[in-house]
Amino acid sequence: MERTKLDIWVGIFVIIGLAALFGLATKVGNLTSNNIKETYSVYAHFENIGGLKPRAAVKAAGVVVGRVNSIIFDTEAYHAVVSIDVDKRYVFPKDTFANIYTAGLLGEQYIGLEAGGDMTNLAAGDLITQTQDAVVLEKLISQFLYSKASEEEK
Amino acid sequence: MNNLLNIIAGLGSSFRSKMIRLGAGTRLFFLIIIYSADSFKRIGLTIREIYFTGVLSLVIIVVSAFFVGMVLGLQGYYTLEKYGSSEAIGVLVALALVRELGPVVTALLFAGRAGTAITAEIGLMKATEQLSAMEVMAVSPIARIIAPRFWAGMISMPILATIFSMVGILGGYFIAVLVIGVDEGAFWSQMQANVDFSNDIVDGAIKSIVFGFACTIIALFEGFDAPPTAEGVSRATTRTVVISSLAVLGLDFILTSFMFV
Amino acid sequence: MSHQNILGKQYVMEELISINNLSFGYGESTLHKNINMKFSRGKVSAIMGGSGCGKTTILKLIAGQLQPKSGEIVVDGQVVHDQGREGIYNIRRKMGMLFQHGALFTDLNVFDNVAFPMREHTNLPENMIKDLVLLKLNAVGLRGAQKKMPSELSGGMSRRVALARAIALDPDIIMYDEPFAGLDPISMAVICDLIRSLNDALGATSIIVTHDVAETFSFADYIYFLADGEVAAEGSPKQLLASKLPFVRQFIHSEKDGPVPFHVDAPAYGVDLQL
Repeated sequence: MERTKLDIWVGIFVIIGLAALFGLATKVGNLTSNNIKETYSVYAHFENIGGLKPRAAVKAAGVVVGRVNSIIFDTEAYHAVVSIDVDKRYVFPKDTFANIYTAGLLGEQYIGLEAGGDMTNLAAGDLITQTQDAVVLEKLISQFLYSKASEEEK
Repeated sequence: MNNLLNIIAGLGSSFRSKMIRLGAGTRLFFLIIIYSADSFKRIGLTIREIYFTGVLSLVIIVVSAFFVGMVLGLQGYYTLEKYGSSEAIGVLVALALVRELGPVVTALLFAGRAGTAITAEIGLMKATEQLSAMEVMAVSPIARIIAPRFWAGMISMPILATIFSMVGILGGYFIAVLVIGVDEGAFWSQMQANVDFSNDIVDGAIKSIVFGFACTIIALFEGFDAPPTAEGVSRATTRTVVISSLAVLGLDFILTSFMFV
Repeated sequence: MSHQNILGKQYVMEELISINNLSFGYGESTLHKNINMKFSRGKVSAIMGGSGCGKTTILKLIAGQLQPKSGEIVVDGQVVHDQGREGIYNIRRKMGMLFQHGALFTDLNVFDNVAFPMREHTNLPENMIKDLVLLKLNAVGLRGAQKKMPSELSGGMSRRVALARAIALDPDIIMYDEPFAGLDPISMAVICDLIRSLNDALGATSIIVTHDVAETFSFADYIYFLADGEVAAEGSPKQLLASKLPFVRQFIHSEKDGPVPFHVDAPAYGVDLQL
């Protein structure tokens, strides 16, 4: 087998491999859509975060505007402190709501931000004061049973 | 009673011989590293081996990938449809391929095609005294024959696995979108939202590198260690496939439990 | 003319290779016990003996592919198994070996096979290599086959190509492992002639391992007989033909039974037949 023929084929092979990798990275993975570069951190307290995990999405009006950075437990106030990295391009007013939603019926949980009407905006390191906890299925069921029971009594 | 003792002794000696082979294989690996300079200084040697292990495996990899992707699309669709989530078919195909099937199936096919070729070639060179002739000519057979094949395998496997994943996804796309009629936009967008580059794709690539190492070193060792007879070489090629396959599946479990759990 | 090596021993340089008190065996068994051989410069020597008596193993020991259990092999003043990588490399550069079935590299054609040692060990430009390769191939009569692949050659031809490869770098020592095995009479005559003429032309020292009596006795200078792991007899062909030793007589005159028995050790026939 001639040298040049070998070299050409191996070159083609490597190019096809790189093209496949490129295809995977752009079309399949989230490399292009995940270009959140500059962020600022804000915090939120929750009584129950449900199944929220670090790196979960933070969406406003359904658009991904940030990522959950870390989740720690505050041992003095006994609630969860969630740190969020928000893309610098987006600013939110101080009275924004941070709610924990579930994607789909049984899917992953994410934080949804709903803007309020305040004139001043959240700055880096600020606390989001309006929060709504995750829906915990057991509580929902017990609520349902309780209300059913009290209905029966009437 | 004697029979039981014999069985236990048999187990012990079988374990011992396997450990000896493992040690010899490790020794071969270190020798390869020591003698690897030539594989890169005379890159022509390695390129030639990349042709024989990688390029000639392309056909089987691409065809298999396309069929695997299509089957995933087909099976996945009819199961997801029952839960009303048929638009997640893109996610299913992509994750299954990138995380698991891409590296693992490629490694099994690689062991069967390229691994046996390597074992047979080296075993035959040993049987016809070509390796001995090279030694007496003061050329190290490890530097000239074994090391280039090792690096060629290490380079070819990840490339083949990436190609497998991509072609498989295209196969799934073909079935799901073009044949069954799932929405094209939903197919790709759901996939992009749920496949993470650094977690899924890069981890899959790491798996394929580890599998490439295992399959190549096993193939090289079995060929180098084979008894220099026709029967010895044929048994060595069988062992290559069996041991490579078991190693790949075992390593897959270990790596998966590290990476994805 | 003598020379002192690092151990302070003295070696007379007429002997290019000397084997002193060698004993060797694979694992626990013993193949060679206390072997002493000397191979003089410029001479063609033969090692003969029955199958499996360890003749080929001597060649491997000389080339440093195997380590002796005790004793030493000295090549050109250096003890072979004491050498490191550099030393063994230098010793092997002076050797050429012809393997039993040629051992040509099957993925290279005839030309590239002969050029292999030149390309690996020298920095000669390609046109010089081409001239040298054609020279070697011409010496063995196969210049016309230079583009063929080893699979296209007959047994005799591939052995000649292997010989051309073995002398590619004009070695001081040429070793032949059963060069006459399985050849037709014409090819045998060719190889005989080549061994002698190349040895004289190159001023080399040749060692042939064989059990072919007629051919070897026609051109060898000195012959060693191996039996039971020891040197049973040695001498020039003339001396051995006149020898009265029973083993030598049995070998040379191709007798069916003698010191090497016809029957392998077995219990009495009657016992086996259960009479």
